[in-house]
Amino acid sequence: MTELKLPSIDYAAIAPILIMLGTALLGVLVEALVPRRWRHLVQLTLALLAVLAALTMVVLNADERIITAGQALAIDGPTLFLQGAILVLAAMALLLIGDRTVERGGAFVAQAAVTAESADDRRQAEGRNGLTEVYPLTTFAIGGMLIFVAANDLLTMFIALEVFSLPLYLLCALARRRRLLSQEAAMKYFLLGAYASAFFLFGVALIYGFTAGIPGRSAGVDFATIHAAVSESPASPVLLFAGMALLAIGLLFKAAAAPFHVWTPDVYQGAPTPVTGFMAACTKVAAFGALLRVFHVAFADANWDFTPVLGAVAVLTMLVGAVLAVTQTDIKRLLAYSSIANAGYLLVGVLAPSRDGLSGTMFYLVAYGFSVLAAFAVVTLVRDADGEATHLSRWAGLGRRSPFFAALFTFILLAFAGIPLTSGFTSKFAIFGPALEGGQAWLVIAGVLTSMVLAFPYLRVVVMMWLSEPGESTPTVTVPGGLTSAALMIGVLATLVLGVAPAPLLDLATGAAEFVR
Amino acid sequence: MEETVQYAGATGLLGSVWLLVAIPLVSAAILLLLGRRADRWGHWLGVAAIGAAFVLGLAFFFQLRGLENKSVELSLWDFIAVGDLRVDFGLLFDPLAAVFVLLITGVGFLIHLYAVEYMAHDAGRRRFFAYFNLFVAAMLLLVLGNNYVMLYFGWEGVGLASYLLISFWYGRPSAATAGKKAFLMNRVGDAGLAIGIFIMFATLGTTQYDEVFNGVGALTATTVLVLGLLLLLGAAGKSGQFPLQAWLPDAMEGPTPVSALIHAATMVTAGVYLIARSNPIFSANHTLQLVVVSVGALTLLMGCVIGAAKDDIKRVLAWSTVSQIGYMFLGVGLGGGAYALAIVHLLAHGFFKANMFLGAGSVMHGMKDQVDIRRFGGLSKHMKITWLTFMMGWLAIIGMFPFSGFFSKEPIIVAAFEREDWTAWLFGGAALLGAGLTAFYMTRLFVLTFHGPQRWTEDIEHPHESPKLMTIPLILLALGSIGAGFLLSTSVPDWLTSTAGLGGEHAEHEAVLSHAVITTLSLLVTVLGAGLAWFLFRAGTATAEQPAGVLVTAARRNLYADAVNEAVFEKPGIFLTRALVYLDNRGVDGLVNGLAAAVGGGSGRLRRMQTGFVRSYATSILAGALLVMAAFLAVQAGWLV
Repeated sequence: MTELKLPSIDYAAIAPILIMLGTALLGVLVEALVPRRWRHLVQLTLALLAVLAALTMVVLNADERIITAGQALAIDGPTLFLQGAILVLAAMALLLIGDRTVERGGAFVAQAAVTAESADDRRQAEGRNGLTEVYPLTTFAIGGMLIFVAANDLLTMFIALEVFSLPLYLLCALARRRRLLSQEAAMKYFLLGAYASAFFLFGVALIYGFTAGIPGRSAGVDFATIHAAVSESPASPVLLFAGMALLAIGLLFKAAAAPFHVWTPDVYQGAPTPVTGFMAACTKVAAFGALLRVFHVAFADANWDFTPVLGAVAVLTMLVGAVLAVTQTDIKRLLAYSSIANAGYLLVGVLAPSRDGLSGTMFYLVAYGFSVLAAFAVVTLVRDADGEATHLSRWAGLGRRSPFFAALFTFILLAFAGIPLTSGFTSKFAIFGPALEGGQAWLVIAGVLTSMVLAFPYLRVVVMMWLSEPGESTPTVTVPGGLTSAALMIGVLATLVLGVAPAPLLDLATGAAEFVR
Repeated sequence: MEETVQYAGATGLLGSVWLLVAIPLVSAAILLLLGRRADRWGHWLGVAAIGAAFVLGLAFFFQLRGLENKSVELSLWDFIAVGDLRVDFGLLFDPLAAVFVLLITGVGFLIHLYAVEYMAHDAGRRRFFAYFNLFVAAMLLLVLGNNYVMLYFGWEGVGLASYLLISFWYGRPSAATAGKKAFLMNRVGDAGLAIGIFIMFATLGTTQYDEVFNGVGALTATTVLVLGLLLLLGAAGKSGQFPLQAWLPDAMEGPTPVSALIHAATMVTAGVYLIARSNPIFSANHTLQLVVVSVGALTLLMGCVIGAAKDDIKRVLAWSTVSQIGYMFLGVGLGGGAYALAIVHLLAHGFFKANMFLGAGSVMHGMKDQVDIRRFGGLSKHMKITWLTFMMGWLAIIGMFPFSGFFSKEPIIVAAFEREDWTAWLFGGAALLGAGLTAFYMTRLFVLTFHGPQRWTEDIEHPHESPKLMTIPLILLALGSIGAGFLLSTSVPDWLTSTAGLGGEHAEHEAVLSHAVITTLSLLVTVLGAGLAWFLFRAGTATAEQPAGVLVTAARRNLYADAVNEAVFEKPGIFLTRALVYLDNRGVDGLVNGLAAAVGGGSGRLRRMQTGFVRSYATSILAGALLVMAAFLAVQAGWLV
């Protein structure tokens, strides 16, 4: 029997992950032990403090470049940058999730059968016992994402994927309004997510088989082994390519790339809006973080083989997102298709085989995260008696009713459209520039053309808000409480600042853009 | 160029030359920004700003006289710095700039004073003064810049002010049209100037005056010719010279003080300034000089002929401006010492033409804005000051001894006769003929307005003299018309010799006629022209247009210049515009709308695939997975081959 050696673990380096998971466990205890009327306050404070503490650790670890916990976790530049991004965006999402002024009792409930605005529902809201399980679920998801971007082998990556996916499925089902839609969305997300996980696992198995044949080296699914196998393994490359394809499918599903995007519009629409914002910002960062690591670390030498296929996926994703956005009538679905198109742009960045491409992609993730959270923050505010008024026709004339919020939303939409002086412009530039230098002109052309198509649905909303007369059914904009206002203002300011002075963050991303293997 | 041009840096008092531009500019900004709140006192701010600029200009002038090399350069900041292109925001104060500064601020101050009263009953007086000061600031920048880009900056600034002021009464369709016409025709010239500046940068790598002038010697003759012709096009546009003369008479739609300051005394002479300033370029090529002289001679005759056929007092004066600037172009084209003569004539003209325009304004003021000289007559008894001051201007412009025009125009005629062989006869003859014609049509104007029987319209009973605020500037300008010529012609040429390139000796050739003969001849044609006009018009004229011969009809139609413009530029331009609009509507818009419809339709169809059923989603994911796998394996198969 071989001796079992404990791998050495650098606890300081993985502290952010430990803090988030620990807080999640603590949150479960809080649910059990703290009186109901304090729970909301305690849970929100706890979650925000944990995010802050984890962020502090990320900053303190900024110069760490190691592989720890055996070969399981790589704490390097991209990991730290993306962990920081996830934590900052998650803090904003938590602010949205924690808001209780816009909707009495918060946007979340756990009782599936209670009808909104019924006597039971009202009693529940007045008792201030709105759902607080949402906080441990969110912290679990954040912790899973932190592992996901740091995972240095495929199994760790798979576990992390499940750790952050399972809470997300639940979170999607918790909407107070339109509960059936919400639960349907969660069900779809869960079924399709499980389906995609199976592809991922199958891919891991094939790759394990591929690595088995290297002489003098044991088989494994850590990235160093896979990297060595790509150039040395005598096994049939069919295993490698089939495995790579299946792996990519699992990750592209999370990233919402076509044709694996089908769940996105339904889930984005059905999920409670703060959760939609959380998914659009943080899940995207996590999914692309993993994609970057898999393709830049494990399969770097198969570069020329996966680029055409993934390029085709990118173009298809941009096309589907842009073209389908044109005819959407619901603002959340419109933002979902916009998010799909943005996944296409991010894939262009993933395929730019240079340090600038890597840093540009990371910059894009942060910039887009800020903007999209701000956009969903505005969506939570435009309401009538039945909750959020998400049908686009209801937004007509909003600029006359609430010029301030309409102006903020206009700014965000212009950022999505990539107008200069917004982060939308600088981040597209940061991605398309390296792609062009890397010889991927066709991807850039597709990107620019679809951006033009996408500008239409964005501007249509702008035109509706400002140039239409407000009708009978135009909802009012609820004056938000401090939490939502804070999230909204952070998002808008970041969009502006990253558009006007992107250099500091770009430098930071460039400094971080080197993987350890 | 054997000697290099070099300017000293500005020190002491001259370090604040920028104030000359800043003061009018700030006052214009205040007047525009404060809006109606400044209505009660705004005009006085405008006058005070120009007065202050004049006093400063005088101080700078005396300071400059004390300097040895008589030119200072002041670089304020880097205006444009892109790659190899470096453009200073810099000023140059030298004798040429100094005389222009004094002309602009001095005459400008008097005209401002006059305008306070002239515009008293106009609701837009504050706006008028704001534009007026904007003009002065831009004009001063034009003459003070130390490089061609600064000049262009001021050039466009005066163009803008001129446009705003011509169409000041924008409610009148004729004023709005005249403003547009001036603006468009100036664009043609400005494009020439701009391309000229591009060529400078392309060939010499700089637009600073000193560096350009020092580098001209290294250019090929063709480059110099093209560069010079482009600058000439710019100059012709701004100064109303052939072939871009048609806008200037229409510009008289603006208020009379505008006509006096901008379209007679200062802005329209910017072309002369440009050529005088660029004299190293123009002196470097004989063909270029010949073109300038030809343009000048042709324009001066055109102006005389058309001026003789017009009945609108301001238009006659406008055409006489065109004609007099023709003399100046003739002067700067002759080169050498004639540059200074042209500048002297420019200064003298600034006085007597401003004088006459303000006089015309005074007449209109007393005659209920009547401008038709056929409906004047006998005004000498009713408007004594206007009559006497206008008489000084009239005697000056026709070049009668000892008024200023005699001292300024006479030397140009002599210089024209000093050219080589037959061109001496051609250009000298043209200048001489122009002098006779000028005497004829200006006398016609003077006699029909102030003498002979009254032919007023019925509603006028007692024409009144204008108030003091209008007559005092008239008197001062009239004094200038009397005395300035002699003073200027004796001192200015010496003063200007220290300007870069203006110190050359003229007359390599002996004049084909002796100086005395030319002087006698020119006085003779002047007296003949004036006498003939007096004889013909002493008894007045018909109050309606009479049928006339071919020449007079052509002159009444501005020698068909407008018709030519219409046929050659306007009609094809309109056709081109229509064709492009058609192409845009049908071709470009069709393509764009078609694409948009295709995207929308595609989107509508694709939407149906989003059924909402998990089973169909799972199918599409499976299909996608198979495709991606197949693609990966296909790539791998290719890799194996």
